[in-house]
Amino acid sequence: MNRALPLGLLLALALPATALADTFDAAGNGKLPDTVGINSIWVIVAAMVVMFMQAGFAFLEIGFSRGKNAGTVVAKILTNFSIAGIMYWAVGFAFAFGSGKIAGHTGWFLVNFGDPQKAFPIMGLSDATIEAKWFFQFVFCAVSLAIVWGTTLERIKFGVYVIYAIVFSSLIYPIASHWVFGGGWLQSSLGMQDFAGSTAVHLIGATGALAVLLHLGPRRGKYGPDGRPRAIPGHNMPLFGLGILILWLGWFGFNPGSTLNAIDGRFTEVVLVTQLAGCAGVIAALATARWRMGTLDIGMAGNGAIAALVAITAPSGYVSPWAAIPIGAVAGVIVVFGVLAIDKRLDDPVGALSAHGLAGIWGTLSCGIFTNPDLAKYNAVGKAGFLYSGSLHQLGVQALGVVVVFAFVLIVSYATFGAIKATYGLRVSAEEEDAGLDISEHGMYGYPEQFIPTPELVGYGAAPTALLRPSPPTPTPKEVPA
Amino acid sequence: MKMVVAYIRHEAFEPIRTELLELGFPSLSISEVKGSGRQKGITERYRGAELTNYLRPKVKIECVVSDGDVQTIVDTILKHGRTGAVGDGKVFVLPVEASYRIRTGESGEETLQAHPDAAAALQQ
Repeated sequence: MNRALPLGLLLALALPATALADTFDAAGNGKLPDTVGINSIWVIVAAMVVMFMQAGFAFLEIGFSRGKNAGTVVAKILTNFSIAGIMYWAVGFAFAFGSGKIAGHTGWFLVNFGDPQKAFPIMGLSDATIEAKWFFQFVFCAVSLAIVWGTTLERIKFGVYVIYAIVFSSLIYPIASHWVFGGGWLQSSLGMQDFAGSTAVHLIGATGALAVLLHLGPRRGKYGPDGRPRAIPGHNMPLFGLGILILWLGWFGFNPGSTLNAIDGRFTEVVLVTQLAGCAGVIAALATARWRMGTLDIGMAGNGAIAALVAITAPSGYVSPWAAIPIGAVAGVIVVFGVLAIDKRLDDPVGALSAHGLAGIWGTLSCGIFTNPDLAKYNAVGKAGFLYSGSLHQLGVQALGVVVVFAFVLIVSYATFGAIKATYGLRVSAEEEDAGLDISEHGMYGYPEQFIPTPELVGYGAAPTALLRPSPPTPTPKEVPA
Repeated sequence: MKMVVAYIRHEAFEPIRTELLELGFPSLSISEVKGSGRQKGITERYRGAELTNYLRPKVKIECVVSDGDVQTIVDTILKHGRTGAVGDGKVFVLPVEASYRIRTGESGEETLQAHPDAAAALQQ
């Protein structure tokens, strides 16, 4: 009896899916054109590369955390990715890419949407199957969600991920991204250009990161009694570097995949544009770090790569290859100044606010300067940039889009995190923070040998029998884990 | 001459060191140690199996001072080391027979004098 209801619900969802799946019918009739197969392969391959970015975020964050907070990142990435996957299938994709100006409203649970070209009009330019497009857009949502948590390392309660991930992947990201690149009003009415999501993915994530950081506060010990910031060095620069390179690789799915189309060959030029920007970003960030900080900072080299790739995300389908170099280089400079300035007040362990937020804003605005008129026409969104047209119109549109998205995401996220703080709480206790999230949230260490003395780790006769008896009465009842 | 040996929580070290510096006692050594006492162990749960860890990490401070300064050092450690919970640690005071400063070859109390301006000197 108890099982009947949920089972019936599942059947209700599953049956129409098999009955109405357009791909399935077309394949059965032998009517699926070759281009559908080719474009779908490209979209799925690109999406899998973007999915690999989750590994990039994991290693980047692990490397920038202390050793006592390494394991928790693994659990976090898996949990967020999984929650987002289900929510984005259920409602997120319909909000983001269904038809509608303010929010999409077709394609709930990816069933009963009829003709996909009409149900998801903005993606009608590509004939890849809707499941391929769903997976591609879902991994974007997951990237945006991963960015949110960059500012929260080493002190946030695990349950917060679960609650916010549900809200973010079903409402915040889908609605805001619908406005920017899902066919919503910023894109279709104003002509805002954001090819792969400098604003729609990276700025949304970074704005969520800012909202949670404002509630959460810095890690213990980040600011001395005099209020000056102190370094809390991450424990593994090689893992950080691995994370950066995986993310860089991921961008070759992120930007070129956003063509959703292999037949027109446009994606290869997007690869070139993306690569040039990343290179310029690393060089510019290292040079800026050497100039401002006196050292060739390893973390800043990595941040420079990410910032440049974030910046080129919006213009990657709109600009000529040469423009990628100034766009990436400026992002590399911005990220160094951004990290140094933000660190004075806000504890952002990985530099997400600079690398994804400030660079995302710059990248979105850069369309207004560098967009090539031929490519604007080809993509059928917006107009040429200032350098070609001499008009500030497109720059204004880009700026308006940035302000609208930033304000919407900040307000909704700030309220969500405020509600979580008031009910469930955002932060672990000071004692748990000192002990590390690995042991306090998960009961296990990321690096057991570092925390468990060898005599007790070998596993035989480690615990003296006397200690196994109930502990003797102690004068104080309070117990601190560290 | 006495050696003060204290086993404290990690987070207690910085306030203790800051105050000792201000009082003119910059010379001390620390080691990261693991030990057991009344404080409960930490149980690691790994894929359903448990491993209890009774040896807990502490910071050990060693500081050799003149007899007259011992109480100052001990009081500072007690003041900042106490949370009131089990596991705050212990302080021991040991006699010291001789002392030499390697750089100059000086010996005895000479090598242990307080440095009232130590904090200011470090900030320059």
